[in-house]
Amino acid sequence: MSKRIETTDLNVYYGNFRAVEDVTITIEPRSVTAFIGPSGCGKSTFLRTLNRMHEVIPGAYVEGEVLLDGENLYGPGVDPVRVRRQVGMVFQRPNPFPTMSIKENVLAGIRLNNRRMPKADQDDLVERSLRGANLWEEVKNRLDLPGSGLSGGQQQRLCIARAIAMEPQVLLMDEPCSALDPISTLAIEDLMSELKEQYTIVIVTHNMQQAARVSDVTAFFNIAGTGSPGKLIEVGPTDKIFSAPDVQATEDYISGRFG
Amino acid sequence: MTTGVGGAGGPGAAPPRTLWEATRKQNEPMTEKLTRPPTADPDAGPPAQADPRRPGEAIFRGLATGAGITILVILALVASFLLVQGSPALFADPAKLASQGYGEFASWVLPYAFGTVWAALLALLLAVPVAIGIALFISHYAPRRLAQPLGYVIDLLAAVPSVVFGLWGSLVLAPAVRPLYEALNAHLGFIPLFAGQVSGTGRTILTAAIVLATMILPIITSLCREVFLQAPRLHEEAALALGATRWEMIKMAVLPFARPGIIAAIMLGLGRALGETMAVTMVLSGSRNITFELLTSQNPNTIAATIAQNFPEAFGLKTNQLIAAGLVLFVITLAVNSIARWIVARRAEYSGAN
Repeated sequence: MSKRIETTDLNVYYGNFRAVEDVTITIEPRSVTAFIGPSGCGKSTFLRTLNRMHEVIPGAYVEGEVLLDGENLYGPGVDPVRVRRQVGMVFQRPNPFPTMSIKENVLAGIRLNNRRMPKADQDDLVERSLRGANLWEEVKNRLDLPGSGLSGGQQQRLCIARAIAMEPQVLLMDEPCSALDPISTLAIEDLMSELKEQYTIVIVTHNMQQAARVSDVTAFFNIAGTGSPGKLIEVGPTDKIFSAPDVQATEDYISGRFG
Repeated sequence: MTTGVGGAGGPGAAPPRTLWEATRKQNEPMTEKLTRPPTADPDAGPPAQADPRRPGEAIFRGLATGAGITILVILALVASFLLVQGSPALFADPAKLASQGYGEFASWVLPYAFGTVWAALLALLLAVPVAIGIALFISHYAPRRLAQPLGYVIDLLAAVPSVVFGLWGSLVLAPAVRPLYEALNAHLGFIPLFAGQVSGTGRTILTAAIVLATMILPIITSLCREVFLQAPRLHEEAALALGATRWEMIKMAVLPFARPGIIAAIMLGLGRALGETMAVTMVLSGSRNITFELLTSQNPNTIAATIAQNFPEAFGLKTNQLIAAGLVLFVITLAVNSIARWIVARRAEYSGAN
């Protein structure tokens, strides 16, 4: 259930502005890959190209290839809706649908697929997904209450449950803990190390300790200055990036000299 | 729980163990100084001696409270006018009403009340789907270059006076829809709504409803558009990231969020349709009928149009009876609004505002 992502010379644009330049990276399956870098360096933008969420912004487009196990996500005739069903995403701020109950939130993606599912299977899936997101014990008695009644950390785990209920190939996480307290953050980080047994996980984070704790591979993005495009500076095993990076800029960033 | 966080709140923690605790200790006297009455503090400078209730605050509070009271007073005045002036007809002897008024009150007003609600309902049925469609098109489908001017055009439609709609309805629309009515009657005449002898003038309750629908379309569209545009980007993206198409995204993230707003918009439109007088008076040739047939020349009149048509010649008890009819219209509108409030409140905990 997990696939390798490869991009070659990927350029990302907002209208005429090139936000990300020439990214070539391979993201291994069943691992956690972290994107770090200063604000505005294009790491979130790049992440959103991996499930074609980038192009929902008017005027935004992508040049180049994103291969998911060899299949180009930007090939002709590829339906972005199908891509997003294979590549799940968790956002910076928890966003369960406020008008749906906890259970409906988990099933939201399945309902979209118009898959007719017997009620028992639905209940199974809800339990499996919520267990997978370490939320089951906390909500099993209030599945029919609105998801917006949960705490921020619980809401974020509900969003993860919603994403993994779709059984995606890849799970993208865009600063999933930046709106959470340390305890909830810890819960999500534990969850990530469990989830990587099954999924390819890509996480954007501003928190370098978090990248060091959870990721196997770290990619460092940077920009030369305002108005210039973001670039992938260096990518490698996390312990190498955090102990002996090849590029000076990476070391400066990691040691807190800028950013 | 870490000990640092737990210990800071505990009673009698002698030395400050955490940074937070230390800061809090330092801040305590400062808070005390701030809450002490300024005059009691000998160190306080001139700014602290000024009135702690800033004058702007008091003025604004007064204005806002005044505005709130004004609307209640106006409403009470209108209601008491209707009650006082209408009660002679409400409590009059039926025989006296028959000779000096328009006849027994309840049986007289009922067809008009029916006509009012029926015409307004038909207008809503026609207008709401179109209005929501236009609003969605403007907010989520149209390219920005097209959306802006379209919004202006819709708002412009709201500025057309109702007498103009009335002229258009009776002179253009009524003759134009006659062939359509004939066809509906010929092919769908087995449905009771379309049964009966088709009106020769086309000035039926359905024509009036179409004119009313055109008139309430802009207000519903504008309000819905505003609500749709405010649907949180966060939830729209959540739906898209799950693999929703644009329509599915609208169903999952926009419409549920906008539901109270849509209902409020519909209620405003309904209020206008219930009370609309001029256009109905000019378009509809109604009398006192209770019928669901849309295409015949036997149409129920509305309360507002009846008042407008009869008021110039009314005197004495007849005037009271018309005012009492106005009271009935007031009560209908109040009931409709209360039902709408109840619908919105019923699912408040699932509201998109959370």
